Amino acid sequence: MRTASIEKTTCYHCGDDCLTPNYVVEQKQFCCLGCKSVFEVLSESKLCSYYSYNDHPGINRANADRKFDYLNEPDIVNELIDYKDDNLTIVTFYIPQIHCSSCLWLLEQLNKMNPAIHYARVDFLKKQINIRFNHHNLNLQQLVELLYNIGYEPVISLQDIIKKQNAPIKDNLVQKIAVAGFCFGNVMLLSFPEYFGISIYEQGFRHFFGWLNILFALPVVFYSGWGYFVSARQNLHVKVLNIDFPLALGIGILFVRSIVDVAINNDPGFTDTLCGLVFFLLIGKYIQKKTYHHISFERDYRSFFPVAVNVLIDDIEKPIPLAQLQTGQRIIIRNNEIIPADAILLKGRAMVDFSFVTGESIPIGKTLGEIIYAGGRQTGEAIELEVIKSVSQSYLTQLWNNEAFTTQKNGSSKTFNEKVSKYFTIVLLAIAFGSLLIWLPFNAGRGLAAFTAVLIVACPCALALSTPFTMAAALSIFDRNLFYLKNTRVIEQMAAINTIVMDKTGTITNGDTNGIELNGKFTALQKQLIYSACVNSMHPLSRMICDHLGDQKRLPVNSYNEFAGKGIIANVGNHRLKIGSSKLVFGYAIETPGNTTIYISIDGSYLGYVTIKHNYRTGMDDIAGLNSAYDMFLLSGDQDHERENLLQFFKKPEHLYFDQSPQGKLDFILSLQNEGKRIMMIGDGLNDSGALKQSDFGIAVSDNVNNFSPGSDAIMDGRSFKKLPSFLRFSKDAVNIIHLSFIISLTYNIIGLSYAVSGRLSPLIAAILMPLSTVTIILFTTLATHFAAKKRNLL
Amino acid sequence: MSIIYFLIGCSVMLACIFLVAFFWAQRSGQNDDLYTPSMRILLDDDVHVPAHTVDDDIGTGDKK
Repeated sequence: MRTASIEKTTCYHCGDDCLTPNYVVEQKQFCCLGCKSVFEVLSESKLCSYYSYNDHPGINRANADRKFDYLNEPDIVNELIDYKDDNLTIVTFYIPQIHCSSCLWLLEQLNKMNPAIHYARVDFLKKQINIRFNHHNLNLQQLVELLYNIGYEPVISLQDIIKKQNAPIKDNLVQKIAVAGFCFGNVMLLSFPEYFGISIYEQGFRHFFGWLNILFALPVVFYSGWGYFVSARQNLHVKVLNIDFPLALGIGILFVRSIVDVAINNDPGFTDTLCGLVFFLLIGKYIQKKTYHHISFERDYRSFFPVAVNVLIDDIEKPIPLAQLQTGQRIIIRNNEIIPADAILLKGRAMVDFSFVTGESIPIGKTLGEIIYAGGRQTGEAIELEVIKSVSQSYLTQLWNNEAFTTQKNGSSKTFNEKVSKYFTIVLLAIAFGSLLIWLPFNAGRGLAAFTAVLIVACPCALALSTPFTMAAALSIFDRNLFYLKNTRVIEQMAAINTIVMDKTGTITNGDTNGIELNGKFTALQKQLIYSACVNSMHPLSRMICDHLGDQKRLPVNSYNEFAGKGIIANVGNHRLKIGSSKLVFGYAIETPGNTTIYISIDGSYLGYVTIKHNYRTGMDDIAGLNSAYDMFLLSGDQDHERENLLQFFKKPEHLYFDQSPQGKLDFILSLQNEGKRIMMIGDGLNDSGALKQSDFGIAVSDNVNNFSPGSDAIMDGRSFKKLPSFLRFSKDAVNIIHLSFIISLTYNIIGLSYAVSGRLSPLIAAILMPLSTVTIILFTTLATHFAAKKRNLL
Repeated sequence: MSIIYFLIGCSVMLACIFLVAFFWAQRSGQNDDLYTPSMRILLDDDVHVPAHTVDDDIGTGDKK
């Protein structure tokens, strides 16, 4: 063990391998200056227990230099804080780095590091921290810098997701369930004497129990179940018959009939059924509302753009809020900062990483005077730019002005439940009125009894529960497989799609690892020569070769020529290098299926070649198997270098589209939809946002779900990408289960109806049928969903 | 059997007290975060001898 630790040391803070032995404090190795300084800050404050709860609790801090000057601007500060009075400020930050008990411990000890902080409380699942501090002794900028210094930089963005998440939920569903459950339990207990029979001597109790039950039913109807009446009324206003209408009707009839029974007929009434019905319905509502605290499906460019940008005014840098940025202003963008608006490069060497926009991780070089589109991240030195378009009108961001983002797309797809409940209600009302009319001439009392009994017994409780229970179970199965859906509703949309459109970079290729292979024998000098030639080129392939060769000494280049789409011819020292396609190097084309190959010759002799491995995600072959069932399209923002390779997955050459702009992607989805196709879009970058939003079911693929991902219906972890075919089949299974449970609940309804139309529905039968059907549905849906998941290997 | 009236009255009242207690807990935000407290309780309060913890850390660090 001991020897192993000497050979390979890991950073005491973050656990990464230490490449240099330069950073050592108190016999502890660190991988970088950032990690070391965090340790020093912590040991100064005597907070080293941080390292005793977990091994290497920190997050790597190798590349980090941020400025928080903008947090001095009152406009920005007021946007961010929750509350402020004379002495106290309360603020909530989202800190994605929170991941273990050490984080929790350290962040809640903030008051020890600075006495101006009164209180710090972490919500672990939401990855948020609530801090109360005295703003006379510590301002917001200092607070954020303190957090930053200990390795927990909060995410501060324009689109405040935290506030939206923490907004109190108004419907009080849990309280409503508590009341309904409480009353249900009591009513059941008080109904037992009636079930078992009350002797003639104890008839007084009968009245007492009856009225007590009515009393318990009051809060159930007027508090817990009131939402159904409200919703039914609203839907009738817009002339929609949804499932809430028969439910409200059932609740109302149950209540009125119970009062009449107890008051006039001295019967026990249906209060037990009523309370049970409302209780189960609310449970169904509750489980449907699963929320992921740490994932947001509503992000747009604002949550990833900075809050402020440094503007040069009379040669003085001043941070201003992004919204106030105007065209013509000059902005300074430093290393790792994002360019917030389309701008012209005025000064500096720009190497822009567009990975958030396109998923392509290799930085692209820009020359002076060139337009840089918003959304890129500068790597390297600070650059100066002149803004030519406002933030919301830039090439990328104007996408969000599109109709797809301003209108709700709910109307287009109706769930099975919504489709069925319309007909269900009509049939139900027809049977109810039919039995009333048939009995009316003979026995008016019996007719009314039959009428109410039909509405009670056919109340679609089981039908209303089948969807939430199936979908909630399905959602948790998806969740287990690292596939996070926005809500239960979208599963049906997923099952209904017949066309799959995919983005390329970052979606079907791995964004982060670009493999490259050097074939042939090269001497150290030759490597230096190749490096010196390639380092002049901004082409992604040249950059990859340079990265692969590592830090080499640059040799003087005498002449250099780059031929677009072919390669480089350069004279380095007194050697002549040809690097590029076979046509350039040999003068004729060589077919190389499957790979992009770069040939290298020095002084006219061919030395070897470089192949670029295309890192398609594992399981692409399985996904290619979807071709038979679905129409598959590729929609890429890149050039068509890989057309040949991609054909093995997409089969039809006419289904491959390259060089698509963000708006073009959206329009393409729209045109397919106009052909009547139901589309699933899979993408990852901001440039897919429009297409994701416009499609019927948009999946954002992300290698770290806590990181940025564009707004979508679902977020998929890159590791589970290969399971996509199973997910699709499973979603169809879930819909089939809903159909089956509909048949089961109909069977129960028909059994109940046969009692009801004769007007002889006893409270006991109703009290047995309702919970029985409910329990059957819950059991069936849960078991069937799990069985289906097993069958699809998702469990 | 009139005692039943009294008994039921008592039981309902008792149950109501619990319901009210639940409402209070819900309103005061006790159920907002159900996960973090489970971690917080495992963390020791204050470590007053930081020198010791540092030594301990070296020990565990070496074994790794």
